Amino acid sequence: MKNWSKSQTAIVALVGSWLIIFGIIPIVLLVITSFLGQHPIDFFTPTFSFESYRELFNRAYVDVLLRSMKFAAVTTLLCLLLGYPFAWLTGRLPGKYRNLVLILLMVPFWTNSLIRTYAIRMVLGKKGFINLFLLHTGIIDAPIRLLYTDWAVVVGLFYLMLPFMILPLYANIEKLDYRLVEAARDLGANFFYCFKRVVLPLTLPGIYAGCIMVFVPTMGLFYVADLLGGARQLLIGNLIKQHFLNAHNWPLGSAESVVLILIMAVMLAFYGFIVQRLSGKGGGV
Amino acid sequence: MADFVLTIRGVSKDFSGSPVLRDFDLEVAHGEFITLLGPSGCGKTTLLRLVAGFEQPDTGEILLGDVNLLDQPPEHRKINTIFQSYALFPHMNVFENVAFGLKLQGVKKKELNARVEQALADVKMNGLARRYPRQLSGGQQQRVAVARAVVNQPSVLLLDEPLSALDARLRRDLQLELKRIQRELGIAFILVTHDQEEALSMSDRVVVIEDGTIAQVGTPRQVYETPKSLYVAKFVGDINLFPGLISEQREDNVFLVSVQGQSLEVKAKRQLRAGQAVQLVLRPEDLRLGDAIEEGMPVFKGAVVERSYRGATLDTIIRLENGQTVQACEFFDEDDPDFDYNVGEKVEVSWVKGWEVMLPDEELV
Repeated sequence: MKNWSKSQTAIVALVGSWLIIFGIIPIVLLVITSFLGQHPIDFFTPTFSFESYRELFNRAYVDVLLRSMKFAAVTTLLCLLLGYPFAWLTGRLPGKYRNLVLILLMVPFWTNSLIRTYAIRMVLGKKGFINLFLLHTGIIDAPIRLLYTDWAVVVGLFYLMLPFMILPLYANIEKLDYRLVEAARDLGANFFYCFKRVVLPLTLPGIYAGCIMVFVPTMGLFYVADLLGGARQLLIGNLIKQHFLNAHNWPLGSAESVVLILIMAVMLAFYGFIVQRLSGKGGGV
Repeated sequence: MADFVLTIRGVSKDFSGSPVLRDFDLEVAHGEFITLLGPSGCGKTTLLRLVAGFEQPDTGEILLGDVNLLDQPPEHRKINTIFQSYALFPHMNVFENVAFGLKLQGVKKKELNARVEQALADVKMNGLARRYPRQLSGGQQQRVAVARAVVNQPSVLLLDEPLSALDARLRRDLQLELKRIQRELGIAFILVTHDQEEALSMSDRVVVIEDGTIAQVGTPRQVYETPKSLYVAKFVGDINLFPGLISEQREDNVFLVSVQGQSLEVKAKRQLRAGQAVQLVLRPEDLRLGDAIEEGMPVFKGAVVERSYRGATLDTIIRLENGQTVQACEFFDEDDPDFDYNVGEKVEVSWVKGWEVMLPDEELV
């Protein structure tokens, strides 16, 4: 703390209090609530209880958790498969085009994601653009069911989460020294070998960061599942929303949230491990 | 077998409309150490990238032996590059870096180990095989880069200013070592540098490049002692210029030249004519001061403005009466160890007869 100027102290204090007020305190409250007794009218009772965590082990909850993870995994994989080439090509563009692409990538953020999810309904619905087009061109005779399917949910999740995959990937790929690619080719590596042995290992932190940014939030996007998947509890986010808002069961909702936070924490710890291994505190003597 | 390991014929390359290389020809002999010397932006690095395969020329051809290289991507060319920044793979240790090329060639494990060990021994890096690049000093990283390239036994090794990031002493050591490795392995080396001392001390031949064309090709001695143009003379080493005028042509290539009102006979290597303005190019070590001046040479009066002791030589800067300053470099004489000048001392300046190089003045850069 010594040798800090006043402005440095002020900035650290500001950031620190921001983290405490909006990060740490809510999480502490959440954890505390998850250990309280359940009460259908008062939301909770001020007694210590493992009741909510015990409920987490019932079959229905585990099913939702596994299903959420499946949705999140498929979404993450799609984002990665499309996002990686996108981020790579963007990173190889000349500077001015690169910024343009990045701005275009951000443009959707100017519209609320809920509104954008409604827009997807207009594309996928019975009288949506896709069905109209297919009917008009005579490929189909009757509208096909696109909306309220699992794939509609995946499309929505993919669409909303793609930028969160691309940005960390881009940040990593942009830093990659392209001469390493040239060096690999110079030594006889074709494109695939070079990708496998040089590019992939060196962009692993970006891949992993992107996957964390997509995987965990995806499990909480309840409104996407509500609007595109119909009235089913597809994601753990739907369950949390239901327990907080409809069932007035705050302790159970909190316990479910704590599980999400723990998944995130484990993934972040693993990310830290990968970055450390690559940036070199470890390694041989 | 072809006479030359590498043939570059009529190669031109534009980058977004501006020419970087123009109709470039060069032939590299087997086992030759050739240096491309020029200021940054003269096209020397582009030439290297064309040979390596990272760029395609607009016109011309590049042959490795008899084989046209331009159909081949970089990974198929039996040419390896040592990059300016070394470009070692940061996630692989020294051994894995050096083994990278051999693994791709499908070399069997036993032979691979032996060859990597040998390459590391060649650059005195055996014992550090398990280290990662970030755990090595700049000089050590450079050695690994050399080992990673030569272990593949390329026909030609390209070196893109490999020593520019190192301090002077380390650079000197590595220059000698590169030279030794090149001699032992018999691989043709093409070195790109803007350091003329490096070019002169290491190469069999120096290619001085000016704006994408060859200004002069020759042995270090030819380039240094008989530069073809003022550009070459200025780029390779320090020079003094004495402007003059050809007053008459004596023989085929002997001219009477007047320099600051004094006349002397000069032999020229190229076509000149009476009345033409010329420059006499003289290296600092060509100059003679005071008593050392030979009979019959023109003498220019001046005063010492600076002297610096260099161990084996004494360097002086002298302002002539016409305002021009010249630089002289004299070896210490065993008979006169105390020989020195005082700043401000009046001296007479001339040079060794016949050591001047006469070039037409319009090339003045």
